[in-house]
Amino acid sequence: MRHLLNRVAATLPVMAVVAVLVFLLIHLSPGDPAALIAGDTASADDIARLHAALGLDRPLWSQFLLWAGRLAQGDLGTSIFTHVPVSRLLAQRVEPTLSIALLTMTLAVAASIPLGVLAAHMAGRWVDRLVMLFAVLAFSVPVFLVGYLLIYGFAITLGWLPVQGYVPLSKGVGPWLSHLILPCVNLSLVYTALLTRMTRATVLDVLHEDHIRTARAKGLGVVAVLGHALRCAAIPIVTTIGVGIAFLIGGVVVTETVFAIPGIGRLVIDSVQRHDYPVIQSVLLLSAGLYVLVNLLIDLSYRLFDPRIRA
Amino acid sequence: MTVPSPQADQAGRPPLLDIRDLRTHFDTPDGTVRSVDGVSYRLEARETLGIVGESGCGKSVTALSVLRLLPTPPARFAGGEIRFQGTDLLGLSEREMRRIRGNRISMIFQEPMTSLNPVLTVGRQIAEAVTLHQKIGRRQAWQRAVEMLRLVQIADPERRAGEYPHQMSGGMRQRVMIALALACHPDLLIADEPTTALDVTIQAQILELLRDLQAKLGMGIVMITHDLGVVAECCDRVVVMYAGRKVEEASVADLFERPLHPYTRALMASMPSLQGRGGRLAEIPGMVPAPQELGTGCAFAPRCPLATERCRRETPDFTGAATGHGVACFEAAPARHQPVVLHRHAGARP
Ligand SMILES: Nc1ncnc2c1ncn2[C@@H]1O[C@H](COP(=O)(O)OP(=O)(O)O)[C@@H](O)[C@H]1O
Ligand SMILES: [Mg+2]
Repeated sequence: MRHLLNRVAATLPVMAVVAVLVFLLIHLSPGDPAALIAGDTASADDIARLHAALGLDRPLWSQFLLWAGRLAQGDLGTSIFTHVPVSRLLAQRVEPTLSIALLTMTLAVAASIPLGVLAAHMAGRWVDRLVMLFAVLAFSVPVFLVGYLLIYGFAITLGWLPVQGYVPLSKGVGPWLSHLILPCVNLSLVYTALLTRMTRATVLDVLHEDHIRTARAKGLGVVAVLGHALRCAAIPIVTTIGVGIAFLIGGVVVTETVFAIPGIGRLVIDSVQRHDYPVIQSVLLLSAGLYVLVNLLIDLSYRLFDPRIRA
Repeated sequence: MTVPSPQADQAGRPPLLDIRDLRTHFDTPDGTVRSVDGVSYRLEARETLGIVGESGCGKSVTALSVLRLLPTPPARFAGGEIRFQGTDLLGLSEREMRRIRGNRISMIFQEPMTSLNPVLTVGRQIAEAVTLHQKIGRRQAWQRAVEMLRLVQIADPERRAGEYPHQMSGGMRQRVMIALALACHPDLLIADEPTTALDVTIQAQILELLRDLQAKLGMGIVMITHDLGVVAECCDRVVVMYAGRKVEEASVADLFERPLHPYTRALMASMPSLQGRGGRLAEIPGMVPAPQELGTGCAFAPRCPLATERCRRETPDFTGAATGHGVACFEAAPARHQPVVLHRHAGARP
């Protein structure tokens, strides 16, 4: 418990630094946001008014305190472009992105752990070579290409699945899943490749350790021995899974674009095009926060998988 | 400990372990490595047989062959039989072999620090073996694990069962290994250098523990070591191995009194305790030839002070097995019982 509190407390300075960086990133980037927002036809007066409205005429430290103070109260600001509170914008986008991230990772884990363990068990033989070939292909073929092929095959030609779009979970698991399955399969290929390689390498290492010989000497069969090996290989595998989830949440831009899913990735693209600073800042903060959170969870899970870390 | 005759039991019962002319080779990219090349030994129930020889002479490969724990390929059984209570283990299926491992034949290894699974409690590792081989519930298996830990004299076994290997010292982990190996009361225990990695006082404790447990449980023990001191302390009979072959076999008393093979005598000369001084082992000059370097003739000839032309040309047969003291050497003569001083042969690294 004390450990838990310590770990959580340790994330606070990280988040503070992130907040400063996110703030500076926008305000030190070239170009006057007010001018950009106002557009080509705006007069100098219009721009000056906009400056005042956005608080851009004050000193930087004062702007930061104002922004950070609002942030601390949960006020992420209002979108310059849509005039909708950013928190509401984000809330709409979080469900699709989270859905994609978690389903993608579930598919990737379900495929890659058995594949990786099998490849390690068969190391050097043709099954192993086949699995590794698949991993290389899955990793190197562009996501959008596979995405369009999947749409063409399963949605257009066979007509089994919807082409694009997103249906919230509240409208039923069936429609939700049928809209998600193609983008998630698409996206999971890369993570399956990554995790398969990771699992194979770590399990293969463990299989050469002395205690595996002990396990076999006591009469355990292949499956049980591989189970022992997988347990010992858990930490690098779990780390990869966690980092993968964090990446996925941080924005699955290409997939959201190909499958026309209104998630966070799309929000970022749109907001950058429109110079919608409050939204960009909030998404950056949210992503960083999620990243820190996932890292914290990975860290805590180590203690679950390796008793030596508990000591 | 009793010293049964090395020959077959009067009642006609087969010996506990009977290895006949075993050849275990490895197929490597550099050619065939004949790590074990015609080894025979046998062991009766409740007997302790020592296997001695320098590192690399094939002791472990022989032992791992018995449990069929070598990966095939690269390992290959090129000939021979391994009879356990009359059954040839080399003819069994993997499934049948699994029922024997950890149940009727167990093995403990040299490295107590790495031979246990780091992420499972020691109690669970022992209980796992028990549930595997016996129709017994989880709770009873755990109970058995605790009993076994008590049997190997680990203090506070209830608490220790719930601990992980990293929480224990090397000596204690080796006790855990012994508890694990004996949890299903096997008939045969193969101990592969069980004390080599431990310091001297712990070594003595572990050997004594094994002696006690043998008296209680009555298993036969194959004690692999490169230390004749360990043999003197706990074995009934000894097989001396050199470069994948058996070069001498005798009862312990016989061997120490009348070593026949020049290699055995050299091993004895290198034993600190027999020379009445402590400290480091005196080195035997020269090196065990790598199995792939073996040519014709006696493998020991290049290092042997008594070697003749014939030794370099022909491989000596193992003779005298019927008398209970056999040797594979043309020049072995009990009369020539003098200290053996070895040459450094040309191929040996200084
Ligand atoms: N997997 C393997 N591939 C090739 N050679 C091996 C393999 N395992 C063991 N050997 C060789 O077999 C010989 C005997 O080894 P081993 O039985 O471990 O010796 P020791 O008597 O020290 O236990 C050594 O020369 C070793 O190099
Ligand atoms: Mg060895």
